[in-house]
Amino acid sequence: MFEGSLENIPEIFRQIPLINIVQLATILFTIGVVGVLIRRNAIIILMSIELMLNAVNLLLIAFSAYNSDSHGQIFVFFIMAVAAAEVAVGLAIIVMIYRNIRTIDIGLFNKLRG
Amino acid sequence: MYPIIALSFTGLLTLFLGLDNPKSKLILPGTVLFLLVGLASNFADWNAPGTYFNNMIEVNNPTIIVGAVILLSALFLVVLSAGQFEDENAHPAEYYALMQFSVVGALIMASFNNLLMLFLGLEILSIALYVLTGSDKRNLRGNEASLKYFLMGSFATGILLFGVAMIYGATGSFEIGAGASLAHAPLPSKVFFYVGIVFTLIGLLFKISGAPFHFWTADVYQGAPTIFTAFMATIVKTAVIFSLYRLLVTGFAYEYEFWVKIILVVIALSLVIGNITAVVQDNFKRILAFSSISQAGFMLMALTGISERTFANLAYYSSSYVLATISALGVLIVVSRNTLKDGRPNENIEVFNGLFKRNPDLAVVLFIAMLSLSGIPLTSGFWSKFFVFTDTIGKGYLWVLILAVVMSAISLYYYLKPVVAAFRSPEAEQPAAEVSALQKLVLYGTALLTVILGVVPGVFRALF
Repeated sequence: MFEGSLENIPEIFRQIPLINIVQLATILFTIGVVGVLIRRNAIIILMSIELMLNAVNLLLIAFSAYNSDSHGQIFVFFIMAVAAAEVAVGLAIIVMIYRNIRTIDIGLFNKLRG
Repeated sequence: MYPIIALSFTGLLTLFLGLDNPKSKLILPGTVLFLLVGLASNFADWNAPGTYFNNMIEVNNPTIIVGAVILLSALFLVVLSAGQFEDENAHPAEYYALMQFSVVGALIMASFNNLLMLFLGLEILSIALYVLTGSDKRNLRGNEASLKYFLMGSFATGILLFGVAMIYGATGSFEIGAGASLAHAPLPSKVFFYVGIVFTLIGLLFKISGAPFHFWTADVYQGAPTIFTAFMATIVKTAVIFSLYRLLVTGFAYEYEFWVKIILVVIALSLVIGNITAVVQDNFKRILAFSSISQAGFMLMALTGISERTFANLAYYSSSYVLATISALGVLIVVSRNTLKDGRPNENIEVFNGLFKRNPDLAVVLFIAMLSLSGIPLTSGFWSKFFVFTDTIGKGYLWVLILAVVMSAISLYYYLKPVVAAFRSPEAEQPAAEVSALQKLVLYGTALLTVILGVVPGVFRALF
């Protein structure tokens, strides 16, 4: 029903080997991971997490197209929907914190220590 | 399968119960009723194994038992939460609805047959809990815990998804058994597959707080309202350990030699970091957080001894851990309710000072829970540790066993700290904590079950 195949992909993309797309996705994912680990602003960390998820989406549609299997693309829809829900909750949490302490710099959160 | 559908509907119904009056007296009994319905419908599939939703979810007796453990702990926690949400900003209907939704996520995680369901279950479980962790909106600690949990949780999800995508790239399918076709393939064609397994494992180990992915645990457990700390420590841990079991033992069993190395490193680090750091803590919730890290190490030990007894051992371990944690945190909830420190309930160990004089029954419940967590004979904790040790030794990992025994000895020190405080005579007279009849029933029930499981472990294990 949802059979996809390499023939449906434009000629220009067919010339790109799969491994290049995997490399691109891995680089994007790594940028996201590094962003989460080194940035101190909660919004930027959220953006980095989104970058990681989008790298995964790219990876999934690449595998999906090159394997001629549509399940990967369906998975991408689920990731998009869930990521939207996650961002809604995350931004609500950030707003709640901003109301209380007027900053979203995670370096200033030090109420919880042993 | 039925409780997943039932609780999704009843969660929405619970929202409507709070429509007119957010503090309606119906919400709590309603939630208890809904969870009982879920528990009953859980057993409708008993002895009728099968797959549902286009092979997405697999139901068999083991998944039903896990579902029962999850639903029962949710039931206990809902009963214990009575009287927790009485301040003016609380929205109990929303909290109970979110608790039911996250139980749905936990049930999906315990019975998934497709990596899509693993992802969805994990997110349904986690997103509800991000909100619940921050439910005390004016509490700065709760805010901070909620943001930390959210950022670390979605980071873990991203890592998990990268792993899932890689497994999909290698096998061309999201079914957990799909990798079997690769079992004897040459190494170069399995690189994606191995990368996928590593990242998926890291994502799940984040959620179960296995070291070195544990750093968020103590802060989040301390900052969250106690009832949701208990929720995280019991339901999330049970759901994730059984999804790891499904993934590793039923899905990737033929790659045992590969993943067992990662699991062994995580076990060793969790045992050492969890137990050593817990020694210096004086906040009861932080102690239980580090204890939960070390217990994650013990639970993972069951996975290393991959055999037909693994499921029974793991189910026994998680039931015993869940019972002990619910009693311990339940006693804290009841005792700390009317004690204030900096405007918040006092959750340091000193809150238990002289508990035996005031509420001898609660002190005994706490005592049993702590003995069970540290693994003293005549409590279920002893047998659960014994069973996972036999699992590990069966595969010849002697060093893990020795490490685990040494670390259990160290754990005795910090598990007995609150008990010693409870039996110490109090400096000042304090009124006895008020406990409602139902809460007493839950606390006595969990303590009694802990002892029964410890005296006659065979009764429970005959179930499997």
